[in-house]
Amino acid sequence: MIEPNVAGGVIGGALIGISSVLMLLLLGRITGIAGILTGVITWNKADGLSWRAAFVIGLVLGAVLYQLFVGPLPMDMQASTPVLIVAGLLVGMGTRLGSGCTSGHGVCGIARRSPRSFASTATFMAVAVATVFVTRHLLS
Amino acid sequence: MKTSIAALICGIIFGLGLTISEMVNPARVIGFLDITGEWDLTLMLVMGSALIVTVIGFPLITRKAHPLLAEKFSLPTKTELDLPLISGAVLFGIGWGLAGLCPGPALAGLASLDPGVFLFVVAMIAGQFIGIRLEKALA
Repeated sequence: MIEPNVAGGVIGGALIGISSVLMLLLLGRITGIAGILTGVITWNKADGLSWRAAFVIGLVLGAVLYQLFVGPLPMDMQASTPVLIVAGLLVGMGTRLGSGCTSGHGVCGIARRSPRSFASTATFMAVAVATVFVTRHLLS
Repeated sequence: MKTSIAALICGIIFGLGLTISEMVNPARVIGFLDITGEWDLTLMLVMGSALIVTVIGFPLITRKAHPLLAEKFSLPTKTELDLPLISGAVLFGIGWGLAGLCPGPALAGLASLDPGVFLFVVAMIAGQFIGIRLEKALA
């Protein structure tokens, strides 16, 4: 087993939860990053472009603050360039068709006890585990 | 304006959460998904911790008549377990397992200026546009 980052995980997870709770309390919105991104890239001015763009800017700023005050971003890329492109396309298509990702379904939807979010989260978790099993153990 | 400032602050908190928890690190994510390898349970701690906050917080908030900065709550209304939901989750799961990146960490990870993350984000945006086309074709 790899040594887990217990303190970082618990504190970071709580911050993600607090951010989602504040978004619901203040804006009445679900914090689904995939959906927020869709609103920005489709430039949907009629429905909350500015708060969505502000959230995405904040997301990047949060990571910039981490780099300024804590250290370099802990990022060890695991995939080759072609795989990253394919994976990005799949994540984009999948989150659009499936109406959400780890944040919208996994954190917020489950808290709302949405059956769609339970089904989505169980599905993408199981498929991702199967994908890693194939790429890490069957193909290598 | 108020809603944008609130969203900016929430975005910063979320970005700090993703970085402090190391969920921006594809190695941590794939380590969690690799249950038959050297398992890394960090992601489970992150999701568990986030869920404790939202599971307690959400019901307290939705009891209110309206959010503090908006006239009404804008919550998803669909309840049906349909084919787009499940097929979308399957596609997302494959992509997530291949790269170890999902939308939040990918966007926050742009701050690293890693070319691979930029490439992933461009592909993810292209994928969302394809998804929108597919949604229209299916509807």
